[in-house]
Amino acid sequence: MATPISQAAPSYEARTRPSHVVGWIALAAVALIALPLVLPSYQVSITTQILIFSVLAMSIDVLAGYGGRTTLGHGAIFGASTYVVIYWTAVLGGGIWTGVALGILCATLLAAVFALLAIRTSGVYFLLLTLALGMIVWGLCLRWTSVTGGENGLRGIGRPEFIADHISFYYAVLLVVAPVTWAMWRFVHSPFGLTLRGIRDSESRMRSLGYNVPLHLFIAFVASGFFAGIAGALYALFNNFVSPSTVQLSQSVAALLMAITGGVGTLLGSFVGATLIIALENVVSAFTARWPTVLGVTFVLIMIFAPEGVVGRVRILLSRRRKRQSSESLN
Amino acid sequence: MTKSILQLDHVGVRFDALRAVDDVSLDVRRGERRAIIGPNGAGKTTLFNAITGVVPPSSGRVVFEGRNITHAPPHRRADWGISRTFQITNLFPSLTVRQNMELAIRGLTPRKFSFFGSPAATDEERAQADSALTLSRLAARADSAVNELSYGEQRQLEIAMALAPNPRLLLLDEPAAGLSPAERVIVANIIRALPKDITIVLIEHDMDLVLSLVDWVTCLNNGQFLAEGTPADIRNNADIQNVYLGKARHHA
Repeated sequence: MATPISQAAPSYEARTRPSHVVGWIALAAVALIALPLVLPSYQVSITTQILIFSVLAMSIDVLAGYGGRTTLGHGAIFGASTYVVIYWTAVLGGGIWTGVALGILCATLLAAVFALLAIRTSGVYFLLLTLALGMIVWGLCLRWTSVTGGENGLRGIGRPEFIADHISFYYAVLLVVAPVTWAMWRFVHSPFGLTLRGIRDSESRMRSLGYNVPLHLFIAFVASGFFAGIAGALYALFNNFVSPSTVQLSQSVAALLMAITGGVGTLLGSFVGATLIIALENVVSAFTARWPTVLGVTFVLIMIFAPEGVVGRVRILLSRRRKRQSSESLN
Repeated sequence: MTKSILQLDHVGVRFDALRAVDDVSLDVRRGERRAIIGPNGAGKTTLFNAITGVVPPSSGRVVFEGRNITHAPPHRRADWGISRTFQITNLFPSLTVRQNMELAIRGLTPRKFSFFGSPAATDEERAQADSALTLSRLAARADSAVNELSYGEQRQLEIAMALAPNPRLLLLDEPAAGLSPAERVIVANIIRALPKDITIVLIEHDMDLVLSLVDWVTCLNNGQFLAEGTPADIRNNADIQNVYLGKARHHA
């Protein structure tokens, strides 16, 4: 499964004109800022959740779409950050911002451990190794009752006063997610990002050109874990509760599915993917408790009909149209 | 000029019981153009892999510019000035020609670790890419996507990418494999026009092509050293005609 996903990544550059990009970004910014003014508070909270999971999905896309390494361990990295934040504040009585910093740090360190163990593998082996590592974290959270509270989980101490209500918390999350997204965008479009795409296409060629491939993948994995950790810390503030279900496999699967739905290798597609999946979850939950089944079916349908994802599909259609126009203008 | 740049000292590569390369010794002088010939399965590509570090030798030593590199990983060898092309086209198909060249150039520069820097090529990188593309006669296609290139152009890009980091030793693994006669001529002309300070070791099946390009030929057979000499010697060597040219003539 892993290989087809990375191959489905768009094989052409996004040749969108810069002026259009700026326009779209401005439009998205205005929409995101205006949303809480028009939406009821419950839906503001869902939008906050979408923003947080977009960051998680993007962190997966950095590895899957650019490095060609599809991971199923990021739910655990994300959740580890959530656990640390809540444990630090609720059990140890520490400050919230120290907790957030520690959560992100622990997620990054956990990602480094995952990376050391998994980075020399690829394809299905990488997928299974990250899955197994995630399962270990889940098992630990479930069984280490004295620390994690086992199945009961841990309850947080709530958010600080100034971001306690839904709307101000939404803006706080937006204020974090925007620069984090920008940083990830720069990261995948940097020379290092190009290196990752080279590794995705041909590791043997990269080695012969002087690249220490495992080192580059290690850095990418750790950076990706850092971003997943940011999402996890935000989630701790959002949810104010953590249990083994936060680190379990279905968390990783859902986040990977968001990245794929939006379009692997498009980065910003993760926002589309997270919106669609979380909206679907909320709609489906109103009718049935079988959300995992629906999630599974959705996964299968997307892999069959649009493996390049929504944004990937749109890019293909746009580039075809552009080609047709340019050939028409030649004739 | 007579100083040796690459020495293989009783190099062997074994895959379980198979001796793909068996006790081969070579001495390539700086600036030399060397061909390695031999029938299919003679161990030519395995020998290349031993030189570039893809498959470490199971016995013997590889010495490059006086440094024992027998067990160094491929990326270190690239750093020291060894570059190669691949028999089976090995490019970055989802990127453009320019991006392929940028990756080829940045492999040996700290820019590969620029995490938030601009992706645009620096003037220096651009000049380096353009010069390698010009040598490979691909300058006109610089902005195309690799998967839009013809097969012949992809083989030219193979050479351009190997040239881009300014290597001192260039290993060409069947650069003309699968090309039409017309395209072979282009590749032969490209190789002939390469700067003389680059030492070139070349694997090639096409005898006419190879003998016109090099000044020294090593012939392998069944992983073992068979003979070496000038192209003229090789043409008249009875052993080589038996294992190689003779066979080819029967098929033709």
